[in-house]
Amino acid sequence: MSDPTMDSERTQAPASERSGFNRRKFFGYVIGGTTLIAAADIALAEPAKAAIPSPPQIPEIYDLNDLLTTATLPTANLITVTINEDGTASFALPRAEVGQGITTSTAMLIAEELDIPVEKVKVTLADARPELLFNQLTGGSNTTISTFTPIRVAAAVARNALLDAAAILLGDEVNRLITKAGAVLAPNGRSVSYGELAKHAAAPKTKKVEVELKDVSKFTVIGTEQKRIDARDAVTGRKVFTMDLKVDDALPTMLCRPPTLNGKPVKLLNEAEITSMPGVTDVAMVDTGVAVRARTFGQCIDAIRAMKVEWRDGPVAGESDEDIVRKLRQAEVPLPKISELGLDKLKLGPINLNLVKSIDADFLFYFRSNSALDTNAAIADVRSDRAEIWASLKSPIVAQQTIAQELGLPQNKVKVHVVQGGGSFGRKLFFDAALEAAKVSKAMGKPVKLMWHRADDARVGRMHPMATSRVRALYLGTQVLGFVQNHTSIETDFRHGLGELITAHVADLPTGLGNFGFAETIFALTQEIPYNFGVVNQTLVETDDRFNTGSMRNIYSPDVRTAAELVVDQLAAAMGLDPLTFRRKFLKDKRVLACLNKVAEVGKWGRPLPKGMAQGIAIHKEYKSASACLVEIDCRPETVGRDIPNAVTGPRVTKAVYAIDIGLAINPTGLRAQMLSGINDGIALALTSSMHLRDGHFLEASWDNYFYTRQWNTPPEVNIIVMPSDAKTPGGAGEAGVAASMAAVACAYARATGKVPDYFPINHRDPLAFRPKPFVPPVPASPTNGLKLTY
Amino acid sequence: MPEQTFILNGKPVTVDVEDDVRVLWVLRDVLGVTGPKYGCGINVCKACTCHINGRAFNPCSVRVGDLKPNDRVTTIEGLADTADGELHPMQQAWLDNDVSQCGYCQPGQIMAAVALVKKVRREGREITEDDLDHIRNICRCGTYSRIREAIEQGARNM
Repeated sequence: MSDPTMDSERTQAPASERSGFNRRKFFGYVIGGTTLIAAADIALAEPAKAAIPSPPQIPEIYDLNDLLTTATLPTANLITVTINEDGTASFALPRAEVGQGITTSTAMLIAEELDIPVEKVKVTLADARPELLFNQLTGGSNTTISTFTPIRVAAAVARNALLDAAAILLGDEVNRLITKAGAVLAPNGRSVSYGELAKHAAAPKTKKVEVELKDVSKFTVIGTEQKRIDARDAVTGRKVFTMDLKVDDALPTMLCRPPTLNGKPVKLLNEAEITSMPGVTDVAMVDTGVAVRARTFGQCIDAIRAMKVEWRDGPVAGESDEDIVRKLRQAEVPLPKISELGLDKLKLGPINLNLVKSIDADFLFYFRSNSALDTNAAIADVRSDRAEIWASLKSPIVAQQTIAQELGLPQNKVKVHVVQGGGSFGRKLFFDAALEAAKVSKAMGKPVKLMWHRADDARVGRMHPMATSRVRALYLGTQVLGFVQNHTSIETDFRHGLGELITAHVADLPTGLGNFGFAETIFALTQEIPYNFGVVNQTLVETDDRFNTGSMRNIYSPDVRTAAELVVDQLAAAMGLDPLTFRRKFLKDKRVLACLNKVAEVGKWGRPLPKGMAQGIAIHKEYKSASACLVEIDCRPETVGRDIPNAVTGPRVTKAVYAIDIGLAINPTGLRAQMLSGINDGIALALTSSMHLRDGHFLEASWDNYFYTRQWNTPPEVNIIVMPSDAKTPGGAGEAGVAASMAAVACAYARATGKVPDYFPINHRDPLAFRPKPFVPPVPASPTNGLKLTY
Repeated sequence: MPEQTFILNGKPVTVDVEDDVRVLWVLRDVLGVTGPKYGCGINVCKACTCHINGRAFNPCSVRVGDLKPNDRVTTIEGLADTADGELHPMQQAWLDNDVSQCGYCQPGQIMAAVALVKKVRREGREITEDDLDHIRNICRCGTYSRIREAIEQGARNM
């Protein structure tokens, strides 16, 4: 019998460990099999609840990442690290890699605990695993936060099993052995490789074991600069995306889509003509258009262009930007009056309300596209009794459920493979192409490789909804008494699983949030004003569900932050303070303040610049990360008017300095890559990229219509600083670079031109910089003059 | 169906396909060479950039029937063979600068970069900031700064 006192001492972890901050002992499993398979429950992660500052907004106590992490807790399911006889370790990550670098950071976590070179860790993407319920959703920059502990536990279990097997093989005691670079070494110089040990370490049946994770101070892989594990495949053309997969008989397939947004096909009027075209094998009508399958995609395009189709108009037929703006304005809720703000709660003593001054601002943000370079695409092979799907999917379980329902098959008869994506930006949270491919494959009775044309991906694909953001800031002398922000948006579609997740965890949310809708919950869990601004209140109203929308990278934050930071600059001006001094005075988070000071120092805040150029500075706090951005913008006429063919040039951001405190940075070079990406997104959102709705359809149909940042827009000088941190856990990276960047660019533009923009991007109401492509036929012909354009 | 013959990555190939099918689809759908990516099909995004007789071109905008039997088409898969070493210096520069994020546009970026360096060399000069500003290949991940650094490094080693 063990001593009960001892026992209780052993099991009673200090409070800091119980909270998940510093806990290192966990249980894992060795799975019965013929080679070593080590496992951990993916639900091991515990939400890290920080100390509560007062008076806090919701995200300071419990943010979206806590929700996403909490949501994983009830799904007791295993992720496994397998040791192979060739000395490699393999792991199927239940998340989607779309460029954010999670396969690389995952390989690093495993390499760290296993003592194996990173290049010997093979990370693949797991098929849809319905038993994981909510735990296969890639979103909210949550992957590393939620998998940091369970992945390391599985690797640590594997390492211990290898040590046990080596002790027998080497005839030594486990505690005298060490692991290094994929081998176990004995003091006498003998060693045995993990590959040789794999079979010996295999367990006859599954057993539960306890492991102790490495202390942060012992890390030799985590925190080092690691280049992407798929980089070599990418630069040699070997990296495989959905459209590169070779699936038997899955021939190229595309759709002819309606001339108004979300219209419906009624009848294909010239089916015989189309089916007799070169290469064409099949034609079928589905709810989203008329599908054609052919030997090549080029022949699909030709067939679409030849189709004569009767259409039924979509729900926004005849409407344009101005109509949608009007509807949005009608949905706005009035900003509270000074007397309604409850300033008395601040306990500032009696306030003469007549002396309180107010800054009111109103900003409009137009529709923006989250189209990735890899267009919506999927392969589907639907048979009478089963189906198989391949696509880049961030919510593969919901995709599987929906497709099974559509096909009338049991969920376990639909196999869903997750493929690496060529970008997402929120687009791949949805499975529009996978569902469509399943319908087409069923209708044709054949496997299909379905691809959206660029024109469709831009015009019909999902978008960041149009929104307004109104701010009322109240100040008296040098104090800010109140800051109210009302965000009003076209509906953001969250029907990709996050919705179910929230529904299932309403009870876990802080009091009051359970009554919110999905969008309001996401908003409330992500938005915060990290300043000491007295009475702070941010609200969201959404309206109009007729558009194809979704969570574009960083969801509400870029717009909300831009509106807020522009008003912060106005408050500073009203108090006669410069933007940096003002922020230093009012910021309430010391990590954000450290980032702010860093970019001010590195970016030489306040250095003299010619008239027409200016600096802008902004901050952001989300995903358990803090950040600040400083940019310099050149709005001088000779720069704005620089001539690049078929381009929007305009103001040029000439320098960007970004500081991020992400807590424990797993891979600093990958983190800087994500911030670089966020900076270019922020520039596009502020200056150049938007969708124009005209007469029932969006006009933009190519990358020379939708002006995402290009080489002629990108800053020639970029400096990204990963802030030192003693945190033991990582924050989220994938979306963390967008909001502060957009806000800094907007603030710099306002300072350079002396005019605060009231809509974004700033070029939206300029004369169109392109001639819109026709809507009938919906896709443009491929040119034939390519040999005249060689260089 | 007409026979189409050209030289692909150093080897003559012959395929049966209609004259007006664009080279991109002959490469990808008929020959299974998937390094060149589709991003627009109208010669805007440049994700499919390859070389023809050593110069950059976009196979989405060339009919296969317009290729001559002795035309040398090089895709990203054949780039390394055009230089010494296991990788082309531009591919190595891409690795050294950890340029790729999703990686979808990068084969086209690298092919465009190599052609650009050769072009300015023909003009008797080196790459300038203005040359870099004029590169049309889009990267929706926004890796532009690292692309610029990699091109400068790759050019030094070409």
